[in-house]
Amino acid sequence: MADAMAPHAAPHGEAGETRRDFLKLTTGAFAAVGVGAIAWPFISSMNPARDVLALASTEVDLSPIAVGQAVTVMWRGKPVFVRRRAEEEIKAAREVPLSQLRDPQTDQSRVIRDPWLVVVGVCTHLGCVPLGQKPTDARGDYGGWFCPCHGSHYDTSGRIRLGPAPANLAVPEYNFTSDTQIRIG
Amino acid sequence: MAIGLHQSDFKNPVVRWIDSRLPVFTMMQKEYGTFPTPRNFNYFWNFGALAMVNLLIMIATGVFLSMHYTAHTAYAFDSVERIMRDVNFGWLLRYVHMNGASMFFIVVYIHIWRGLWYGSYKAPREILWILGVVIFLLMMATAFMGYVLPWGQMSFWGATVITNLFSAIPVVGNDIVVWLWGGFSVDNPTLNRFFSLHYLLPFVIVGVVFLHVAALHITGSNNPLGIDPKGPQDTLPFHPYYTIKDSVGLIVYFIFFAFLVFFAPNYLGHPDNYIPANPLVTPAHIVPEWYFLPFYAILRAVPDKLGGVALMFGSIAILFILPWLDTSPVRSMRFRPVAKWFLVLWGINFCILTWVGAKPAEGHYVTIARWATTYYFLYFLVILPLLGRLERPLKLPESIALPVLRGGGPIPAGAAAKPMEKA
Repeated sequence: MADAMAPHAAPHGEAGETRRDFLKLTTGAFAAVGVGAIAWPFISSMNPARDVLALASTEVDLSPIAVGQAVTVMWRGKPVFVRRRAEEEIKAAREVPLSQLRDPQTDQSRVIRDPWLVVVGVCTHLGCVPLGQKPTDARGDYGGWFCPCHGSHYDTSGRIRLGPAPANLAVPEYNFTSDTQIRIG
Repeated sequence: MAIGLHQSDFKNPVVRWIDSRLPVFTMMQKEYGTFPTPRNFNYFWNFGALAMVNLLIMIATGVFLSMHYTAHTAYAFDSVERIMRDVNFGWLLRYVHMNGASMFFIVVYIHIWRGLWYGSYKAPREILWILGVVIFLLMMATAFMGYVLPWGQMSFWGATVITNLFSAIPVVGNDIVVWLWGGFSVDNPTLNRFFSLHYLLPFVIVGVVFLHVAALHITGSNNPLGIDPKGPQDTLPFHPYYTIKDSVGLIVYFIFFAFLVFFAPNYLGHPDNYIPANPLVTPAHIVPEWYFLPFYAILRAVPDKLGGVALMFGSIAILFILPWLDTSPVRSMRFRPVAKWFLVLWGINFCILTWVGAKPAEGHYVTIARWATTYYFLYFLVILPLLGRLERPLKLPESIALPVLRGGGPIPAGAAAKPMEKA
């Protein structure tokens, strides 16, 4: 082909447009799609595998937990705090006006059944595990949890009240499978 | 321009700024853009580029596989099965890696064959050739250790047999084997070090490939006629002419590769390797992966432990001195009417060694393996040195451009006027 010997052939279509432009763009488009298609499985392989996802929910038996007690369970590699709150703790959490909260949420919206508070035990500041699960732990100024890393105080609804953390302790997706059992995740 | 800055020809200000300080753009332009390349390449000249792409595929899939693999005898097999069943696209990564090893050897065997047929190992490309043989050896070591990692029956017994080769060395052999194992049999320490080295060696290969390409860009490429380009009329810029030609080959390569991965992923493997390693039971018939069969055949052809091992390693070591064994100054077999038939026979002989390597070592197979082994060495040690003196080569063309442009465009002035460099 004569064209093959002269890469900068005369234009064939509109001013400045050549068959070569078309070929280049087509080739480039195919190459981009191809690279994307190849990259996809590689990137996807780093996402949680099926056996990891299969272990992504945890069942918790609530019957041994007495009023005022808390347990820590492992869920997706993280601690989850399950706390059976006393009446006055619930009352304290519900009396706080939303205007005083950094991350305004009502206590009712954070629980399914009143005494049971279920939150992910990871401080929303930089990921430490707050203290407050044991009776001997420091629970901060608001009687919930206290993060020793940078001094965040959480209340009895797991909401941030004081310190650098920007948000409340996260409430995981969970439901009651019976009166004394929950399934997290 | 300030002293110490590279004089860049690039217009784009950002490219120009970088290029003046670190002239990578100029280098790429020189080595892969305008690089003068003989105009008469055939598709055999695709295989260097294909090997490069294959190496990158192996490294990419390998890095991602290693994120999910556990190098421990108790977990290795299961972690590979987990990759197959649970990891997203893990089956794809593993099948590409597995068949990529086979593809790599197919590509490299054709690449080596190209070198043998067109005399690419001859002066001035001896170092280029030797670096290629080094890459081949590193590939073999890497492939062998990679095959051990899934910790199936073939992994375990392959590792046992191959490491035991070193016990043939007089006096220190057994100590070397214990040292290789890190114990008294192939076991967890062996698996751990093989994983470490299997991850390391590909990057060593990348380094040697860099030297291989650097040496190539000093001597320039050989070509199907085996004569040197005499000027610009004999060459084309690498881009776009050979980037495009390589792309065509790459597409065919990917089609073949994809066929293996998607339709016959285990065709080149061995079913026994899906049985977890058992140090108490050897499979009835153990064979290495197909790409090692010719050398395995040579090993078994010799009725002596040390002799077999020596010939097996010798069959590759002999490639190092090939540039000096072949005494003919004519590179391309096109112009060697006698030698070319001996090389064709050598190629067939290599296939026979591959075939017989997969057969049991008994009866006629042993006889065939012995004759084939004899011819393998005879070609290098006797036939090539003698033919250099006895053979009368055909007349070489005066230039590359002359036969290429025959019947085509005008022959550039001066192309035919210069005398031949080699008779």
